[in-house]
Amino acid sequence: MNLKMAQQLRPSKSASKKPKIDWSRREEADNFAHTVKLYRQGKIDHDNFRRFRLQHGAYGTRMTDDYAMVRIKIPAGQIYPHQLEKIAQLSEMYSIGSAHVSTRENVQLHWVVLEDVSEIMHGLADVGLTSREACGNTVRNVMCSPLSGVCNDEEFDATPYAIATARFLLRNPLNQSLPRKFKFNFSCCEKHGMTRIVDVGLIPQIRKLDDKTMQHGFKIFLGGGLGNKSFVGHQLEDFTPEEDLLYTSIAVLQIFDRIGDRKNMARNRMRYLVNEMGWDKFKNLVLKERTIVRATQSVIIRLNINKKSNEIKRPISVSSENGSIPDGYARWLKTTTYKQKQEGYRAVFVTLESGDITANQLRAMADITKDFSAEGFARNGFSQDIILRYVHESDLPKLYSRLLEVGLANSGSLTMASAVGCSGTSSCNLALTNSHRLAKEIQRKFLELKLDDDDDLRDATIKISGCPNSCGQHEIATIGFFGGGARVGKDMYPNYSMSLGGRFDDKSMLGVTCIRVPVKRTIPVILKIIELYKKNKQSDDTLSRWIDRIVHGNESSEIKSVKDMQKVLSPLVVPPSKDDDPDFYADYGSDTSYHTVTGKGECAA
Amino acid sequence: MCSLSNEITYPTVDVDAIRSKINDDSVRLIDVRREEDYNQGHIPNAVNLPLASLLSGDSPESAVKLFEELGIADDTKVVVYDDTFGALASRVAWTLQYIGHKNVALLEVTYSQWKELGLKTSTEKPNIKSTKHSLNLNPEIMATAEYLENAKEKDNVVLIDNRERLNFLEQHIPGSINIPYRTLATDGKILRTKESMRNLLKNRGIPEDAEIITYCGSVGTLSGLAYYALKSIGVPNVKLYVNSFKEWKKLEKPVGKQENAAYWDLSAE
Repeated sequence: MNLKMAQQLRPSKSASKKPKIDWSRREEADNFAHTVKLYRQGKIDHDNFRRFRLQHGAYGTRMTDDYAMVRIKIPAGQIYPHQLEKIAQLSEMYSIGSAHVSTRENVQLHWVVLEDVSEIMHGLADVGLTSREACGNTVRNVMCSPLSGVCNDEEFDATPYAIATARFLLRNPLNQSLPRKFKFNFSCCEKHGMTRIVDVGLIPQIRKLDDKTMQHGFKIFLGGGLGNKSFVGHQLEDFTPEEDLLYTSIAVLQIFDRIGDRKNMARNRMRYLVNEMGWDKFKNLVLKERTIVRATQSVIIRLNINKKSNEIKRPISVSSENGSIPDGYARWLKTTTYKQKQEGYRAVFVTLESGDITANQLRAMADITKDFSAEGFARNGFSQDIILRYVHESDLPKLYSRLLEVGLANSGSLTMASAVGCSGTSSCNLALTNSHRLAKEIQRKFLELKLDDDDDLRDATIKISGCPNSCGQHEIATIGFFGGGARVGKDMYPNYSMSLGGRFDDKSMLGVTCIRVPVKRTIPVILKIIELYKKNKQSDDTLSRWIDRIVHGNESSEIKSVKDMQKVLSPLVVPPSKDDDPDFYADYGSDTSYHTVTGKGECAA
Repeated sequence: MCSLSNEITYPTVDVDAIRSKINDDSVRLIDVRREEDYNQGHIPNAVNLPLASLLSGDSPESAVKLFEELGIADDTKVVVYDDTFGALASRVAWTLQYIGHKNVALLEVTYSQWKELGLKTSTEKPNIKSTKHSLNLNPEIMATAEYLENAKEKDNVVLIDNRERLNFLEQHIPGSINIPYRTLATDGKILRTKESMRNLLKNRGIPEDAEIITYCGSVGTLSGLAYYALKSIGVPNVKLYVNSFKEWKKLEKPVGKQENAAYWDLSAE
């Protein structure tokens, strides 16, 4: 068959797909505008207003009451082309001309004038999106693995369950005023989700019943979470049948609502309750509560699960002439794409520096999604990235060219190169350091040295938080950092506490504290660790496995323990005098001497 | 001010009105793009006035002379367009008003949007006879640095900065509020609908009867657009600080800043 005929036989270009669910309520926008007025007139006090604002997804901004960050919920991470276009427009009109993709699949607009938040809410309502319950003491965005539905290791697609759970809980009285925020993560398999570091984590499972029928259900993990003090979640039971998914969710929420700590803001996530009560006791309470929930429904409640599969229709190529493939394609292909279980298709992970994307890039992503994804929408991921699935393998060179044109073709999204950084001092009240910029600096250095192409480093991660709270998820990183300040005499400098060996798969564990590293020494320290690994690695080894052995005391080479590592690295972290190296004393993105300034955090509000 | 089809309305004119007036000699269309872009195609019968030519001798007298050469007399109906969200066109329209021209409006779309609508373009240059225009300065639509400095302390004066948010956070005239120029447009038009413009002001607590002074980065283009956005809903007293922040800094006047935050690092630019 010649090329022309092949083109003719292709299906026609699909129009922009529309989402099945409208998450918005337009009247909430008007109500928000009205409430801001009352607050400015002094008719609502600050605490009440803050609670209201957070409930509607507007978070406070560093050192000011005039601006807010609007967190747009993207349930299960599914985002449609016209929604990307709308967010692009809103970012230019009311924000900084860039948007931010978070680690929880939200999209955030920063530095929004508080009085303009309602305008954004109106704009979101135009495309069926909401920021409702994206902050505050509510059930936050329900996440789902971006590979759900295409993962080679999954037993079934959890996406419809994640969407149904989000739909059931949004605006549900059950979760409007919990003791603290509450997070659900659905995964596809053990490897690709973060099910053990959230309040409720779920992995789909199928079991064979005695009558040979197959039953869908989940492995459910409870009481995990990252923060000032972090915990790994516990598995509730061997198998939770899908019929029990909703009852289990309600039972857990009710227990937390009833006996969770409402006084001590710093220790009131559900993981503290589980820890204080002890897992067995908590587990029994959940199982008992679930029986009661199941038995005492006043009306039949169930999740509205739409299992109708999405239409997969490969868009027709805009033009099929095979131009030359630009440089870097092989590296990009190897380090950003995932072979789906569907023959001939790949998922492409588009890495963004610390999750930031310009309005023009968002518009380009909208067009690219329409032109390349056979499912017609994109998925936000766990690592501040956007995933384009159902890209036909023969369209990949062309997709690469298109991404290259708009600066979105960085390689290494599925490797250690794509460091995660929370917003840090770029907008957060609690931040002590500019973790956001540090993640960008590390990513740039890794790409410059082509370290993304190194298979030994591929499954390792770098994650950075700007303070001891774990928005940057540093504790589950192979190499994690959280920010603070240190001083030489009276001179302060930004300093990171580094941990090693964190992971979030079936052997989930929190990283082990190793050493404190001044910000301007973080990159040399990371490179030194890689150098040490190369020197001491076994055949067929990876960096993450080597570090895993070190933190467990199972390594036999010169570095046997975290203490040994500390010893080797310590010469690198000695502060020079301010006269010798003034740059050492300044954080990234600042040309003045470092000092710490923080405001009141709102995670606990 | 309602937009009866085929009428030249103020301050923006709809596409249909222009289409029907293209060959009407009482209407003069000004294309504010670079000469090479104009030569490659423009709205039929439009004349070219790159903003740079106007700014190169930005005295009222030299402006009058330029407009005379474009065949604009006191009673000519002038409609201006550009391809820069209406900002450059606004600056030209404002200059016409400043020298005392009464009848000037902005085309409601940019040249790109005109083309996207599938409307006619031409590469032919119209034959223009030079004419005479009087000079009656209209100082109440202009603010100088000195005027601004005194006025901004008054209760009923609102100072609006129309640059992008990050530029505003980094430095601005103390007491100003920020409405980025992108906020002023809507899908497919250079200005918001009147209703949404009113709503924006209402949310921001800006009374429509206040004296409003707009400024931007250097020559009053983005803030010129804001001038017309405010005029579109009938705000009576709007002034353009035409020399804007560039002059303000050169004069070493006080500057405000959002401190202790590394907001630039959130930009993916």
